[in-house]
Amino acid sequence: MATMTEPPAEAFRLSQLIYDTRYRSLTIQVVAFILIMAGVFWLANNTVQNLQELGKDFNFGFLGQRAGYDINQRLIEYSNDSTHARAALVGILNTLLVAFLGCILATILGVIAGVLRLSKNWIVSRLMGVYVEGFRNIPTLLWILIVFAIMTEATPQPRDFRGENPEASMILFDTVAITNRGIFIPAPVWGEGAMVLILVFLASLAGIFAFRRYARKRQEETGVILPVFWVSLGLFFIPSILFYYILGRPVTLDYPELAGFNFTGGTHLRNSLIALWLALSLYTGAFIAENVRSGILAVSKGQTEAAFALGLRPNRTMNLVILPQALRVIIPPLISQYLNLTKNSSLAIAVGYMDVRSTLGGISINQTGRELEGMLLLGLFYLVTSLIISGLMNIYNQSIKLKER
Amino acid sequence: MKKSVLLGTLAIAGLAAGFASAQTLDEVQARGSLNCGVTTGLVGFAAPNASGEWEGFDVGLCRAVAAAVFGDATAVNFVPTTGQTRFTALASGEVDMLARNTTWTFSRDVDLRFEFVGINYYDGQGFMVPRELGVASAMELDGATVCIQTGTTTELNLADFFSSNGMSYEPVPIETNAEAQQQYLAGACDVYTTDASGLAATRATFEDPSAHVVLPEIISKEPLGPLVRHGDNEWGDIVRWTLNALIAAEELGITSANVAELASGTDNPEINRLLGTEGELGGMLGLSSDWAQNAIAAVGNYGQLFEDNIGESTPIGLSRGLNAQWTDGGLLYSPPFR
Repeated sequence: MATMTEPPAEAFRLSQLIYDTRYRSLTIQVVAFILIMAGVFWLANNTVQNLQELGKDFNFGFLGQRAGYDINQRLIEYSNDSTHARAALVGILNTLLVAFLGCILATILGVIAGVLRLSKNWIVSRLMGVYVEGFRNIPTLLWILIVFAIMTEATPQPRDFRGENPEASMILFDTVAITNRGIFIPAPVWGEGAMVLILVFLASLAGIFAFRRYARKRQEETGVILPVFWVSLGLFFIPSILFYYILGRPVTLDYPELAGFNFTGGTHLRNSLIALWLALSLYTGAFIAENVRSGILAVSKGQTEAAFALGLRPNRTMNLVILPQALRVIIPPLISQYLNLTKNSSLAIAVGYMDVRSTLGGISINQTGRELEGMLLLGLFYLVTSLIISGLMNIYNQSIKLKER
Repeated sequence: MKKSVLLGTLAIAGLAAGFASAQTLDEVQARGSLNCGVTTGLVGFAAPNASGEWEGFDVGLCRAVAAAVFGDATAVNFVPTTGQTRFTALASGEVDMLARNTTWTFSRDVDLRFEFVGINYYDGQGFMVPRELGVASAMELDGATVCIQTGTTTELNLADFFSSNGMSYEPVPIETNAEAQQQYLAGACDVYTTDASGLAATRATFEDPSAHVVLPEIISKEPLGPLVRHGDNEWGDIVRWTLNALIAAEELGITSANVAELASGTDNPEINRLLGTEGELGGMLGLSSDWAQNAIAAVGNYGQLFEDNIGESTPIGLSRGLNAQWTDGGLLYSPPFR
């Protein structure tokens, strides 16, 4: 006789935590979480204990103390009587300056090299190949040092400009001096009425923008193409030049002159800035070129053929059909290239460029012995900067993304 | 029935950091070698020679300490440090001592928590310019471009000197002496400033040293000395008294040549105490009784170290000046070995 029995209600056993798929993933997560927290706790504990042993405390009071050192490139007022916080700010601005200039030049170089690498001209495409492989495969630091060494060794000293028969002379009608300490260019001096001129210039920029919108709308509605480029060019130059003479030349130029040990007057673009800027741009440009190339190749050939079939010229095909689609592929990796460039700018100390790594992360730390605090601040600065850059680029990416209707 | 195995998933309690402050001497002895922080290369003070061995005035001190601890002057790892990395290297324990043209200042001693154990070179900051500039005094340097090593006291002295004299300058910050030399020779700066001894050492390596002049102004006091971490007094004592042993040896006429002979016993009790034939000075330091004898035999006394590396017979050609024994009108004065 068969007896029906209830299936035994399975009691929960500990081994189920490992062998039962219902619980296993939970077990792994709990274990991982505990391990991570233990690691964090150990690091923090270790730091506190070691600081105690060294007899050091943890405070940011040093930021308010007198810095006592001088910085050559200052975008804001600074002297050796300023505080360490002010020195850090000077460094931050210098970092942002070189990162900003670098991102612009790297993008220009990258787009040109990327497009030319796809050129049908054998020499041009190979030359771009050499550029990309050469810069991509040699460390940034070496490029920075190479550019700096060339600029220091191959250009004349200021004292070579002196005398009856100087060994070197200024270029561009005696307005620009290229020396081994940097390039001296004329600086604008803002006289009376300069404000009006600036407003006129800004107004003409707004005019260009408005005209381009109008032209685009007109083209979409009627198909008539307006001469956007020539009108923009005219708007850019003509009103400003007209007002420059009407207002009686409110802006004059301060030309660099050799006085004493060095050139004075004008704007001094230091070799360290130029070397860092060029090297970072050339290096990052090589990566951007590859992004651009891959973006263009990602657009199917049929798109080009369809555009040609509609009678679009190659130029317009590139601008109106290929690039808008390619941008979707190009932008995301471009963001990380911008971030790389910004972070690589911390190699500045190799050429004595006073970025935030050299001021706050170098001299200030060294004079005050606040390594931990300084490095944390430095890390925080780069983190925030990178997040802002990628935030902005993500917004741009959203705007050019394929919009599904 | 299946045996279930439970993994000890929560057994993480044993992670409490075990960081009892190990004594530096024990660590060094266990390691079998001394980690000594030196410059990245300043001829005469610390630089690798043609066969890659470090030599120089500061290097000699490292070797003397190694000889005192191990009886072997070669048991040293030289760790090159820049002006910016030296303090972190010492504070973190990467090096046991620093013998690197480092100026003894209040804040480094007190705030940075280091222990300067003595002064092995009395120095001051000077300026070097190319002779063809025709500059005769530092007061004529208004508007000059000046190369400086970052993270040094010279950087601060320079700022003070120029602002207190109402002059302006353009600083060119540089990481190491070698880079500074290259920038200076290329004319990227008009002036190179560092400790006068460093200027002399750098100039000695130039192709034409006579084309460069060191200006007469000395704008600061730069007492250079070896330093160790604050808090380990036993180790500080060893480095301090090794330096004093070298200084006292010169005063007592002990040289590397005669040290073995004198160690067999003399009529002078101070020599006997120093060389360990009398008393227990070595034992008090936790070292063998012939510690000072080993140190002196390895590198010679202070005067020998000076003459061999930076003295007037070398290309660097520094005179003893303030660094002569007190008996000769200098500032070197070792406390008695008693």
